[in-house]
Amino acid sequence: MLQAPEITPELIEQDKVYHEMGLTDQEYQSVKKILGRRPNFTEIGIFSVMWSEHCSYKTSKPLLRKFPTEGPQVIQGPGEGAGVVDIGDGQAVVFKVESHNHPSAVEPYQGAATGVGGIIRDIFSMGARPIAVLNSLRFGNLTSGRVKYLLEEIVHGIAGYGNCVGVPTVGGEIQFDACYEGNPLVNAMCVGIIDQKDMQKGIAAGIGNTVLYVGSKTGRDGIHGATFASEDLTEDSESRRSNVQVGDPFMEKLLIEACLEVIHSEHLVGMQDMGAAGLTSSASEMASKAGTGMEMNLDLIPQREQGMTAYEMMLSESQERMLLVVKQGHEQEIIDVFEKYGLEAVAVGHVIEEKQFRLLHKGEVVTDIPVDSLAEDAPVYHKPSKVPAYFEIFQQMEEYEPNVTDPGEMLRTLLQQPTIASKEYVYDQYDSMVQTNTVLAPGSDAAVLRVRGFDKALAMTTDCNSRYIYLDPETGGKIAVAEAARNIVCSGAKPLALTDGLNFGNPDKPENFWQMEKSVDGMSAASLRLNTPVISGNVSLYNESNGQAIFPTPIVGMVGLHDSLEHITTSFFKNEGDLIYLIGETKPEFGGSELQNVLEGKYFGKAPMIDLEVEATRQEALLTAIQTGLVVSAHDLAEGGLAVALAESLFSQLSFGCAVEVTGDNTTALFSETQSRFLVSVKKENQAQFEQIIKDATVIGNVTNTGQLIVKNDNQFVIKEEVAYIQALWKGALPCLLKSKA
Amino acid sequence: MKIAVIVFPGSNCDRDMYHAAKDGLGANAELVWYEGANLANYDAILLPGGFSYGDYLRSGAIASTSDIVTQLKIQADKGTPILGVCNGFQILLESGLLPGAMLRNKNLKFMCHFEDLVVENNQTMFTTRYKEKEVISLPIAHGEGNYYCDETTLALLKANNQIAFTYANNPNGSFENIAGIVNQDGNVLGMMPHPERAVEALLGCDDGLKLFKSMLENWREAYVAGA
Repeated sequence: MLQAPEITPELIEQDKVYHEMGLTDQEYQSVKKILGRRPNFTEIGIFSVMWSEHCSYKTSKPLLRKFPTEGPQVIQGPGEGAGVVDIGDGQAVVFKVESHNHPSAVEPYQGAATGVGGIIRDIFSMGARPIAVLNSLRFGNLTSGRVKYLLEEIVHGIAGYGNCVGVPTVGGEIQFDACYEGNPLVNAMCVGIIDQKDMQKGIAAGIGNTVLYVGSKTGRDGIHGATFASEDLTEDSESRRSNVQVGDPFMEKLLIEACLEVIHSEHLVGMQDMGAAGLTSSASEMASKAGTGMEMNLDLIPQREQGMTAYEMMLSESQERMLLVVKQGHEQEIIDVFEKYGLEAVAVGHVIEEKQFRLLHKGEVVTDIPVDSLAEDAPVYHKPSKVPAYFEIFQQMEEYEPNVTDPGEMLRTLLQQPTIASKEYVYDQYDSMVQTNTVLAPGSDAAVLRVRGFDKALAMTTDCNSRYIYLDPETGGKIAVAEAARNIVCSGAKPLALTDGLNFGNPDKPENFWQMEKSVDGMSAASLRLNTPVISGNVSLYNESNGQAIFPTPIVGMVGLHDSLEHITTSFFKNEGDLIYLIGETKPEFGGSELQNVLEGKYFGKAPMIDLEVEATRQEALLTAIQTGLVVSAHDLAEGGLAVALAESLFSQLSFGCAVEVTGDNTTALFSETQSRFLVSVKKENQAQFEQIIKDATVIGNVTNTGQLIVKNDNQFVIKEEVAYIQALWKGALPCLLKSKA
Repeated sequence: MKIAVIVFPGSNCDRDMYHAAKDGLGANAELVWYEGANLANYDAILLPGGFSYGDYLRSGAIASTSDIVTQLKIQADKGTPILGVCNGFQILLESGLLPGAMLRNKNLKFMCHFEDLVVENNQTMFTTRYKEKEVISLPIAHGEGNYYCDETTLALLKANNQIAFTYANNPNGSFENIAGIVNQDGNVLGMMPHPERAVEALLGCDDGLKLFKSMLENWREAYVAGA
């Protein structure tokens, strides 16, 4: 462990102590220049976390600038704790996604739990009540005992925190691929609702105003967590377990209620949670944003342990802590609210005019840094980028055209692939209903929550097929955004905006940086065309284990608005005799498909192509048809193609079946993953009106009451399966894989 | 009818219970913080679910030592309707207002989904709107809902007809499939399933509404008779 007192500024420079903190020589020289002297140990620690990738986005900033972030619906884009979007009636929806990958890799329960806790704080620190959490998880193949352990404990951690804190976990997705084996991904998204007049910002305005520290005491946990998140995972990462924070959801629940009570006080100036880089980032950012400075006396910080150094206090990532700025002279009114909930609220400093970040400890000034240098002067790197060799090879490959001889057997196999199989085993462990707003729970294309007291609802989803992005980052990036929007539209809502959780490998490798660039280009193009600006997000780089990067995984969290509760639509067939439509034509596209995974055990070739014009037109038409009341069920075609989508549409009432007719090549018709396609059921009497709105829809069959999934081609049976049987396979696959011995 | 929904630190179904009572039932409901309240001012008392005191020590154990539970016992003796759901049930068990204890679910995991329940006793003040042996669907959401009591207690529960609800397909290992029980006088009901989550068809099912309606009707009859 680094010990503060012995390490003098001279020694830091001489022994390059800052290397251990993740700073380069050049960055150290910049710090020296900013201060006009050598930084002491606490100061260099503060710079190292604030300039870490996790806090400064020094590598990703040039890419993030490309995202469209504006639109008439956007109230607050990137830059605050979370993005804010108008939903009418003076209300707004607040949301953001955040990763907790590295902590979850070494300490899965606490890593995942504190990931949930952190993102919830981002939402209520804006003054919004958190109404839902979604999770996007990636694991290695379930053949490894370690992967099973990680899945069980990460899910347990999410459940342990989310259930206790009383925010329903309503959706998300889980995918499995070998590249995530040593570096699982845990991205949590939180959605909140706020009356626009109650919106808070994390600012430290008003010279002389008081800085209040609220919540848990500061301990030695999570020191340098942000730095840990900004380096590769290696075999030594196990020793980083002490960098992982420990969560207390009970404390968080009290904080939520107290903070949401305090926002109504006219004496509250600003509020921010202590997330990555803890007290350092919250305090310096609040001052920097307000154009002020801040002085804090660290002797006053509530401490869990004795003898904590300034360095430890400033870099601790102890959980469930908030920083508030309140009007001078009105501290007690605010403190009283926290006391009602049994929470500690302590005045630890004040806002100063001089734009300095000044810390006192035991009578000495231990830090005196120009505050803007921390938040704004972080270096920005334009990393070299290089087209990876694999991409060029994939692009030149002949089309991969598999031939499935027994489509029925293949459907059963696909339904048991962990990426496609039912995730009930996981989401049953989450309280998805608390707050009693959940209209569509996990298992739907998108989760839907009504807005209490209004005839409207919010749809939300997370999505990212990283296989396509690996094959072709730009196309895959477009698909990720489009697919999230498809899920929202299928539920009957209009997509509003998105939050991005960018998970990539080490950006110092030019091939990895190229993947980042191209995926961001693709996502930007799709966000622009589909009118879903990027309003918040998170970047997690260095997702590698033992030198091997994950697939580029930019997760899209999207929220949409239902104008009326009447428009809420599910993916399930509902009436015998309804017509089944396939919207969009199907081409033989199998690169990155689940079928390719099953048959070849790897991904290669081209990703499915996507035309954003076609995508946007179809989504708009489908939404119009739903809003007109013409659509009984709607489901997007994703992994496993039409066959899997048909099966999933039947997994609600087992008495239903379907009789479907396909043409041409069976493998293509049933298993291709061509984009921009939907499976929709429509009442017969609405046929003409529906077809008038949706021009490229083809009737492929109808809903039956036979309990069988039947597909024919040229009057020959292609698939004939008992729905109850294949549903049992689909439901049982995940628990079965988890229980089997590795 | 004036209904108190008690809020402990860590309660998280308090607003759900409040909305069920106020919007679902149309009663005069209030969220009542666990400190400084006078329960004598209310006609019915609802203990909501959640994680009071973070479930530290044991679920419901710390809340059961609070002053408001002392008041609760007085109201229970007076015949005031008291409903404890989920963590509210756990608090009633810990405070001795109902017999038995909760173990962790037999699969050691939290579980949340709709379960079928059988109305075993439709003669309590909370169940008269249901038919005897009616099968209803209510959500469960708990990690420690595996009800346990000894044989003597079970015999008493049966003899006094105190078992209000059982699970049709026991999800958590509860002894004798028990999902909800009443006290000997029938005015205190504890149950793990969440009736307050099932009062609107929009959210999937409104089978829970009859429970609140039964409570209101029976209270009104007793009140009118008493007046």
